[in-house]
Amino acid sequence: MSIETISLSGRKKVVSNKEMTFWERLYLVAIVKGLFITIKHFFKKKATIHYPEQVREMSPVYRGQHMLKRDEQGRENCTACGLCALSCPAEAITMKAAERKADEKHLYREEKYAEIYEINMLRCIFCGLCEEACPKDAIYLTTSKVLVPSSYEREDFIFGKDRLVMPLDVAIKNAQLNNAN
Amino acid sequence: MVDSAFIIEKSVVIVVVFAITMIMAMYSTWAERKVAAFLQDRVGPNRAGWGGLLQPLADGLKLFSKEEFFPNTPNRFLFVVGPAIAMSTALMTSAVIPWGDRLHLFGRDILLQATDINIALLYFFGVVSVGVYGIMIGGWASNNKFSLMGAVRAASQMVSYEVAMGLSMIALLMMTGTLSLKEISLQQTGMNWNVFYQPLSFLIFLICAFAETNRTPFDLAECESELIGGYHTEYSSMKMGFYLFAEYANMFISATIISVLFFGGYNYPGMQWMVENVGVNAANILGIAVLFAKICFWIFFYMWVRWTIPRFRYDQLMNLGWRILIPLSIANIIVTGIVILRHDLAAFLGF
Repeated sequence: MSIETISLSGRKKVVSNKEMTFWERLYLVAIVKGLFITIKHFFKKKATIHYPEQVREMSPVYRGQHMLKRDEQGRENCTACGLCALSCPAEAITMKAAERKADEKHLYREEKYAEIYEINMLRCIFCGLCEEACPKDAIYLTTSKVLVPSSYEREDFIFGKDRLVMPLDVAIKNAQLNNAN
Repeated sequence: MVDSAFIIEKSVVIVVVFAITMIMAMYSTWAERKVAAFLQDRVGPNRAGWGGLLQPLADGLKLFSKEEFFPNTPNRFLFVVGPAIAMSTALMTSAVIPWGDRLHLFGRDILLQATDINIALLYFFGVVSVGVYGIMIGGWASNNKFSLMGAVRAASQMVSYEVAMGLSMIALLMMTGTLSLKEISLQQTGMNWNVFYQPLSFLIFLICAFAETNRTPFDLAECESELIGGYHTEYSSMKMGFYLFAEYANMFISATIISVLFFGGYNYPGMQWMVENVGVNAANILGIAVLFAKICFWIFFYMWVRWTIPRFRYDQLMNLGWRILIPLSIANIIVTGIVILRHDLAAFLGF
């Protein structure tokens, strides 16, 4: 096959410089055709999602706000190893480790836990490398399915444990679901 | 003798016509955005009121509350006069339009027309061409080269297309034999619409109406990309609002004129039957509704074309106006004349 006849898209059209006929030069036919094309769009289904009332369905792997997981007994998974902070390309994560007391066994799964765990949501690029790096399955971007809300203050974007740790009732529900299965 | 009932009747008609023109212009802005959105697979304004129906009010409120900016111009007076002329000429034209035949109320025949003058069409053309001054003065007084450029474009475009528009009208007037819009409406009873007799005249008139109202594809006077808005670049607040409003009022009026001249105005098939069997009032209210349906279609058509055809180049515009439309309308006049005088001509040539 010669190069002139190859058409990968199947829509190849050879440009011709032939003289236009009288009707073509009037343009009226072309305009009427164009009007029919636009009126077809008038009756098409609109692509708009009416945001506050309708929310776009998120993909199962959508990376939204981070969540620090609890296990089935409601204990925090995180052991403050710092691998997430190390892997973070945007350096958005800081933490401070502390040792678990004897009466805190129901709160933290490991002997060491994160006393302070902060993510700067303005720095975060939601790449998910922290999730990949975590050896304890503690941090997930895919479970929360929420966007980080907007705010007027920069300080408001530094999320502490109060906003990152999975709520206890969610953990309890997960445990119940697991038991049911 | 002018009695007080006559004055009251006419005042009511005038106020109603004025209000309707304003409301139609207002809701044309809403319709413009809605139609534009729908033609582009969007939904358009839908937050203010049901389907965004309060959007024009919100827009008006916003424009009123905005800062009134005056550019550094020596022509502050003309700067204010510009939008005033544009607005008043846009509202004046509706005086001669027959919205319906007549209503029979309180034992009186009420003509549904502010005034039935026998030169209504001339009056319309006269007032419309004064409208150019609004744009011209505004653009000139803005002391801004883009505004001036837009004003010059608008003025030359409107002057050129007025010629073709007037000539296309002459062919129609030769047929109707009157300039009164009321009589032109009456002549088109039933489906006896002028568009079937003068399609070429209608086409030329339609194209010229697009040019006269500065609508796409002839919106060279206010192209955003080249002239940052054209003649109203320096305007803000409600003066800007008046220009935009005048444009939509003009669109409404030209849609009305198209409907009245070529599409039978308030006439609909079976109107005579309605008058005889159902009553004058019902027949005429339906007539008004029919007229407004026609007007709304033409307003929609303006918007439809806007999102179909891209803007002309200026030389193409002038070429179309002077070298195509004007010769075409002159040829139309000659052909119409021959058809009207065919019996005399045949007799003259000895058939």
